[in-house]
Amino acid sequence: MKSKNVLLIFERKIMYKPIIYRLARDFDIIFNVLEAKILPKLEGRLILELHGTEESIQKSIDYLIGEGVQVQTLADKIVRDDERCVHCGACTSVCRVDALSINRTTMEVDFDHEVCVACGLCKIACPVNAMSGASIDLD
Amino acid sequence: MRIPAFMTVHTHQEREHTMSGVEIKKSYEEINKKIEEGKAVVVTAEEMPEIVAREGADGAFKKVDVVTTGTFGAMCSSGAFLNFGHTRPRIKASKVWLNNVEAYAGIAAVDCYIGATQVRENDPLNMVHPGRFKYGGGHVIEDLIARKRVKLKAVGYGTDCYPLKEYEAEITIDDLRDAILFNPRNAYQNYNCAVNLSGKTIYTYMGILKPDMVNAAYSSAGQLSPLLNDPFYWSIGTGTRIFLCGAAGSVVYSGTQHAPGAKRGRNGIPREGSGTISVIGNMKEMDRRFIRGASFTGYGCSLMVGIGIPIPVLNKDMAYFTGRSDKDIFCQVVDYGSDYPSNNGRTLGEVSYTELKSGRIEFMGKTIETAPLSSYPMARMIAQTLKEWIMKGFTLGVPQTPLPTVPYGRQHETG
Repeated sequence: MKSKNVLLIFERKIMYKPIIYRLARDFDIIFNVLEAKILPKLEGRLILELHGTEESIQKSIDYLIGEGVQVQTLADKIVRDDERCVHCGACTSVCRVDALSINRTTMEVDFDHEVCVACGLCKIACPVNAMSGASIDLD
Repeated sequence: MRIPAFMTVHTHQEREHTMSGVEIKKSYEEINKKIEEGKAVVVTAEEMPEIVAREGADGAFKKVDVVTTGTFGAMCSSGAFLNFGHTRPRIKASKVWLNNVEAYAGIAAVDCYIGATQVRENDPLNMVHPGRFKYGGGHVIEDLIARKRVKLKAVGYGTDCYPLKEYEAEITIDDLRDAILFNPRNAYQNYNCAVNLSGKTIYTYMGILKPDMVNAAYSSAGQLSPLLNDPFYWSIGTGTRIFLCGAAGSVVYSGTQHAPGAKRGRNGIPREGSGTISVIGNMKEMDRRFIRGASFTGYGCSLMVGIGIPIPVLNKDMAYFTGRSDKDIFCQVVDYGSDYPSNNGRTLGEVSYTELKSGRIEFMGKTIETAPLSSYPMARMIAQTLKEWIMKGFTLGVPQTPLPTVPYGRQHETG
């Protein structure tokens, strides 16, 4: 089993069409809604954690794209500048999903991209401006 | 003729009897001779506890000559004296800006002091709370050390001897005649652990604190922190040679707010913010890896500074102190929602650095997630680097003016 966090953007013309339920019914995907925002008559935004085999995750993403959903992989959205990061740990207190966590042996901050939901809070918490990239709530 | 006491410079021998009544069983001279011969035994403050546990304070005193320490964190009371050299024609600058950040220019013609927390002109500050404070004095200092180009602007009112009224140039640190980092308060001996008892998220110099004590922030290297390893400042004073942001710097004096009389544990180690030092060093020799301009959302700009101090194991008690570890060091938990801003002096309780560094503390019936603000990996790297320096011949400075202290007495137990 694999896991992947994705941001789905439903434009106005498809935002009231039932699509998500088919991920479970047709592709055997276990999905978990991490965040959802619906701007009535404008746009819907959904962050999903997809659990399944690598093949079923890929097929479900292809299906979503076929339905006109914009799919963005969250693991690629927030990046850390390893030259700037000093491993102070300030970001770990705001990270909602523990994508940023302290390795208790090295006391360094580990960044697990696969778990990141691109909320962007680390960008506000980082004192040395090491975190960048587009996030859901900000910019 | 009698010489006033303050005019005498202590020699190594004299110091052994005079400094705070501290018994010196291994002299600076002896240790420095060993360092010069490459025979000194140097360990980090992280390695020392195991040696003391294994061989006792007496055995560790005989075995180890120097213990190196380190810390890396935001130290707001920092800044730099810069002299940009006399212009042609001359200017007596009354206001100076570097990358649009004002430096205090109320000193001689082309001297100024850039403070770490000064924000750039026209920064929106907290107009839309929380402000981001993207660039300030700390960032200017980092950019200079990184040898980036910086815009310098100076204005003067014009005098007979200094006629020029405006000067602008793009410079690097190498164009400056002098660049001296001079921080009036650094390396706080212990610090608060911050929580927020209020009902809303607050943005502080201790980071983002969520309501109802969901998280706690601390900012000390604990067992590696310089002043916690020499809790009565027996070996630290004016002239102590230190690691300062990658260069060899010095302790100048006690820092502002130095408070040796703070609450101490039975092991003599302060349980709250107490001693501080002011430090100095040549910015041109510093390494950008060990310094960072900092922005604390909702609070302001600052500077992250890397400091390491070598602690000579002068006697058995010093071996005991340097042998303490995170479990022996406690700090106060303080509410930054209301108690800290109102300055009512209230603390909520104490926790040890072992608990803090585990990632969560059990406190007031709650499990609270903890996060550091000072970098332990950097502190470790600094202590290790300083250890290597000493093994290659970096000798210890003999403190000439000791920091004000309190006696180490019967109320303290060496366990």
